[in-house]
Amino acid sequence: MASSHFKKKTSVKQEIPTASLPDIIFMLLIFFMVTTVLRETTVQVRTTLPQAEALTKIDQKRLVSYIYIGPKKLDGNRLGETGVQIDDALVEDMGSVRTIMYRKLIEQPKLIVSLKVDQTSEMGIVLDVQQELREAGALRINYSSKREIPS
Amino acid sequence: MGLLKKRKREGGEIPTASMADIAFLLLIFFLVTTTIDVDTGIGMVLPPKLEDDVEPPPIKERNVLKILVNETGQVLVEDQPSAIRLIRDEVKKHVLNEGVDPRYSEAPGKALVSIKTARQTPYDAYVGVLDEVWMAYFDMWDSEARRLGFPDYATYSAAVAEQGAENQIRDKIKAAISIAEPDKQ
Repeated sequence: MASSHFKKKTSVKQEIPTASLPDIIFMLLIFFMVTTVLRETTVQVRTTLPQAEALTKIDQKRLVSYIYIGPKKLDGNRLGETGVQIDDALVEDMGSVRTIMYRKLIEQPKLIVSLKVDQTSEMGIVLDVQQELREAGALRINYSSKREIPS
Repeated sequence: MGLLKKRKREGGEIPTASMADIAFLLLIFFLVTTTIDVDTGIGMVLPPKLEDDVEPPPIKERNVLKILVNETGQVLVEDQPSAIRLIRDEVKKHVLNEGVDPRYSEAPGKALVSIKTARQTPYDAYVGVLDEVWMAYFDMWDSEARRLGFPDYATYSAAVAEQGAENQIRDKIKAAISIAEPDKQ
């Protein structure tokens, strides 16, 4: 009785309904569209981040502005002297950090400045940048670092 | 066949068979460009710019725990040679002293940690010290939260934020870390 019922079912041609497939794909698409931040910059300085334990997460990526500090990448895998990069360009004159960050602060009053500093950099240049940030009034900073791998 | 022709005449349909393919292409584009990783780091708030005519408020010497990091990453705590791994306990002792030991702070609310570096100090040594100081505060907040009956500080602060109440732990143990300017050379 039961086996005959089962046989009957298998004889019917079965297909997976694909009508909802576009909807599923669109859902995924919208998720990735919302989470994507398109603005990507080419970093012209090497930033090997230090490791730390006392980390906080920056959830709102849109508030963050990055300053990269590290040895300049030169042709042929060589490293030059320490440079400071904001957005796409290297900053030549330390005083222009102030004006750039001040403009950013006016656009985004809740600005968080993430300092991506190479671990071999010297504190002098970091302190100079911080001094400029104080002058600009961008006081919320974040020393970008990676999670320490417990040994 | 005849049925299909009839339908077309009535009012054409947009073919939806390729819809999934188009959506797939877009999906793959956004998949590739998305960076999911969350930025992590040690958060700090810089002191506001000092006005020229305003003197910084006086701070008692005993309330400040001075940490000095030199060019080679060696550490002095209160002018005594120390090590990075000892800083955490030293900071806890300093903050939770409650006026007992005259070398340490008077009260947790008054305690201050000052980190001073040379201009040649490597950045990772500075971050290592700063990390230990922050971990000391995190540990103190955690034990304070446990005293109030919460599993840890994160749970406490979430509960407080939900109720809109004041964060008593942060009020009691302020994370007062100051980054001092290096000496002029």
